[in-house]
Amino acid sequence: MTPDTATALREPPKVSGGEGEHGHLEELRHDPIGLMRRVREECGDVGEFRLAERDVVLLTGAEANEFFFRAPEEVLDQAEAYPFMTPVFGEGVIFDAPPERRREMLHNQALRDKFMRGHASTIADEVTRMVAQWEAAPGQTGTIDLLDWFAELTIYTSSACLIGKKFRKELDRRFAELYHDLERGTDALAYVDPYAPGVESFVRRDAARIGLVGLVQEIMDRRAAGPQAGDEDRDLLDVLMSIRNEDGSPRFSTDEVTGMFISMMFAGHHTTSGTAAWTLIELLRHPQEMAAVVAELDELYAHGEEVSYQALREMPRLEAAIKEALRLHPPLILVLRVAKEDLEVEGFRIAKGKLVGASLAVSNRIPEDFPDSDAFVPERYLDPRLEDQANPWTWIPFGAGRHRCVGAPFAMMQLKAIFSVLLRGWEFELAQPPDTYRNDHSKMVVQLAQPCAVHFAGRAR
Amino acid sequence: MRIVVDRDLCQGHGVCESEAPEVFSVSKQGVLTILDESPPESLRGRIEAAVGFCPTSALRIEED
Repeated sequence: MTPDTATALREPPKVSGGEGEHGHLEELRHDPIGLMRRVREECGDVGEFRLAERDVVLLTGAEANEFFFRAPEEVLDQAEAYPFMTPVFGEGVIFDAPPERRREMLHNQALRDKFMRGHASTIADEVTRMVAQWEAAPGQTGTIDLLDWFAELTIYTSSACLIGKKFRKELDRRFAELYHDLERGTDALAYVDPYAPGVESFVRRDAARIGLVGLVQEIMDRRAAGPQAGDEDRDLLDVLMSIRNEDGSPRFSTDEVTGMFISMMFAGHHTTSGTAAWTLIELLRHPQEMAAVVAELDELYAHGEEVSYQALREMPRLEAAIKEALRLHPPLILVLRVAKEDLEVEGFRIAKGKLVGASLAVSNRIPEDFPDSDAFVPERYLDPRLEDQANPWTWIPFGAGRHRCVGAPFAMMQLKAIFSVLLRGWEFELAQPPDTYRNDHSKMVVQLAQPCAVHFAGRAR
Repeated sequence: MRIVVDRDLCQGHGVCESEAPEVFSVSKQGVLTILDESPPESLRGRIEAAVGFCPTSALRIEED
């Protein structure tokens, strides 16, 4: 036996702490980034913490991340990695399907390039509709809560683009509020029991899902009673309602339809909402960067160009600001898989059945790859630095490789369309001390902690 | 010039098809077909745009 045969593989080192009944679960629920940073500090690229009954091998750094993001579904599987999602989506949606089928489902037709221009126009219309309320405010000034405002906006944009404008028109704030309760129901306690009794966020989650099914049922009832939609006017809900079993009964229950809609909107909702809010916060914290972005937009739109056209074109300063907000505040801080076989990374053994995680929040701030890594420096994406392209396995707010977020181009276009409307028509000001804006990490779905208020005022044109 | 696709990275967004439909075709299932693996020089500008704007950096050009 030579030292480099498989038998020489070492077990991943374990991070300190985690003496409680459920290992590091409590720490993950309170300070997940602190925990993941400590794993890297104490253990290096490959380290281990304990989450209830399971070991989690946490990977950071380019080499380990490349291994993680290149692995096919059959090797590192998502299906069992996210027990907190099943009660949100409902049984039988997405993660119950085999990897092949999931790949097909992920390939959402609506995300194809040829639909982007139409989406950009739809998004601009939704932002314009929401700011119409500001225009009616006295002196065109007021205050908004960033979490509430962007979460509502992105319910409208994602439902309009992914399900259909007709469905979007049948939604109001109630849908956004219930959806928010679903997102808040993603407590890591689900690793012990996703239905643990007496957990308030789980109670609200389950009530919210029932509420959403009720809203979708109302819409379906109205459609069933009304005239049949012509081909021009049919949206995804009409299509799903029209599919019948052989005996003529509906193929999909309201519960299943709602679950599909929840899951279609999930990946693009809190992520885009949070990134829009953080981009605005960081630009307000850095007035020179804001001035550069506003100047760029003013120039691009100087001759009355349509948002649907410009949002698909390059906006280097705004894109750099968005990328930097994503690097510092990635909407997903940890992505997880389950090892389906014994694996090896950097000389360490990952035993079959263990959870394997990649920490976007930690990798995005590795100082060797991103100088001054805790600072907001949009210049790092401009020529010649191009630090996102230079670090494809550590600049990973969208993941990487074959698992890179399929909605990334849609998300960038959406953010460019949103800021094209907001920053040309409005000025903003932080309504609280700059360092009081922070994320709430108590749930697996990270959201801005409230209060997170900003003032708006109409721009003199 | 020759066009090379990294199938591990391609997600079938269809940006290449929008840029140069003579060379790239993406099926409804999101599978990319290269219609002309050794395209004429006259298409170079648009092929370079397809490679440059690919959202997953799955394309590259190899010179003969």
